[in-house]
Amino acid sequence: MTTEATAGRRRGRQSGQLASVGTVLAGLVALWYLIAIPLNGAQLEDLFARIDPNRTFSFSERLTATWDNNRPMLPTPDLIAADFWDSATSTSVTNRRNILYHVGVTAGATALGFALGALLGVVLAIGLVHLRTLDASLMPWLIASQTIPILAIAPMLIAVLGNIGLTGLAPKAIISMYLCFFPVTVGMVKGLRAPDRLALDLMRTYSATRAQVLGKLRFPAAMPYLFASLKVGIALGLVGTMVAELSTGGQAGLGGRLLTASYNGDMIHMWTALVTSSLLAILLVYLVGRAERLFTAPAPAMQAG
Amino acid sequence: MNVSEATAETRTAGDAAPARSAAIDIRGLSLTFQAGDQAVHALSDINLSIDRGEFVSLIGPSGCGKTTLMRVIADLERPTAGSISVFGGDPERARLGRAYGYVFQAPTLQAWRTVERNVELPLEIMGMSAAERRRRSRDRLALVGLTGFERKYPWQLSGGMQQRVSIARALSFDPDLLLMDEPFGALDEITRDHLNEELLALWAKTGKTVIFVTHSIAEAVFLSTRIVVMSRRPGRIIDVIDCPLPATRDLAIRDAPEFLEIAARVRRALRDSHSYDD
Repeated sequence: MTTEATAGRRRGRQSGQLASVGTVLAGLVALWYLIAIPLNGAQLEDLFARIDPNRTFSFSERLTATWDNNRPMLPTPDLIAADFWDSATSTSVTNRRNILYHVGVTAGATALGFALGALLGVVLAIGLVHLRTLDASLMPWLIASQTIPILAIAPMLIAVLGNIGLTGLAPKAIISMYLCFFPVTVGMVKGLRAPDRLALDLMRTYSATRAQVLGKLRFPAAMPYLFASLKVGIALGLVGTMVAELSTGGQAGLGGRLLTASYNGDMIHMWTALVTSSLLAILLVYLVGRAERLFTAPAPAMQAG
Repeated sequence: MNVSEATAETRTAGDAAPARSAAIDIRGLSLTFQAGDQAVHALSDINLSIDRGEFVSLIGPSGCGKTTLMRVIADLERPTAGSISVFGGDPERARLGRAYGYVFQAPTLQAWRTVERNVELPLEIMGMSAAERRRRSRDRLALVGLTGFERKYPWQLSGGMQQRVSIARALSFDPDLLLMDEPFGALDEITRDHLNEELLALWAKTGKTVIFVTHSIAEAVFLSTRIVVMSRRPGRIIDVIDCPLPATRDLAIRDAPEFLEIAARVRRALRDSHSYDD
């Protein structure tokens, strides 16, 4: 009965959340169309002059032209959606002209980088929590690693890795991992240290080994911290993959699409790649959230938010 | 020659143990913490012997070292002077042999485990089979009156129920000694009275040795066979009061003259220790 009530409350909260997100989205889209008017309007004067210098164009004609324009400064959402739909449906998914092919390439590299980064992050955190010398010697270097701009380090890494024969998926996954592991390490260290004195004393009264304390107390206690870090990590991992794709000269992936469109000054394609990568990020973070629900015990409604 | 003598001695000690049946023997024990450049004398010259099957309460003002003494018995702290034996060996051997179950002030349940899996935690650490673990958790939860709550999570239980889970967990591996550090301190008085009665019944049923830390005189007198009164820091034992109430008692005994008399003695001893300090 209580569970039903809780589930009901959760459903209510979810629909409420959905409504407020929808409201904000509608506002943003409206704003988008408004901003498109001055941004796309400036270049229209030339266009109209070329069509017929003597004719005055009505307001509605101007408005339509700002919003329906094949080389806009700011493409409107409907143009982006149409471009996405066209790209996704006109060719097969394995075709390089299909955006879904590039989504697959980027998602694959991000997933591999994320898996490696999460693993590295967790292993580092376990080491940092258990070895005092590691905590003192390694942590400053980990922080330093994150102060180097990824844009500077990515081309260099790709060149070095290409030299030893690693091309395609691997260098992208490695750069993705480079951004991924850090939040996981930080969150996991905090999580593994979360059990209080009494909880640790209790394990000692059972004469538990260090491995048992890790497996039966520290690790499960760290799960909420781990999943919070994983959500940050996977979003950063996507950034890493796309930066790597930009650095490889736009061969494939959403980063590649972005670069190619940018060379061609094709704003619609750029925006499509951008919006698609945002949607991919949302999907990835959502999947981590689902995994969290699957792997952690139910919590009181107050903490569930 | 020396070796055989030593062996003979060990054997006599071993043989003597069941007859004398001392669960805990503490002699001249002191403990000093080093806090910064200041030494804190937590325990000073403690002498105490507890027999098997006794229910001994430690009572005294806050910060008098009751908990510290309990932690020394549990091998969570090391004494700086004196000797202590738990079931004839040192506390570390007792801990490694899982001789005691410790009930802390807080239930210290793992939020991600259900009630039954919390009770099974020590059994998992000890490597017991899943079937035996389940059998024992069912049994111990029934013992503390929590049948039907096996699949609940700790946050779905009241504070008193959580503490009962913690007691079931301490009993899960059937230790000979139960160390209870103000287990009901955070509960309301009605729940506390109820749990006191249950604990007494549990003690009568299992025959375990119990050491119980409390702030409450009524609780100490109601539960104990002996009451150890401790002074303020540095913690010393100022009085050990026998509590010869009938083995089966209910809460009504708290109005009986012999109960009130013992309670008055405990109160006097506590008051004396205070004026000693002032």
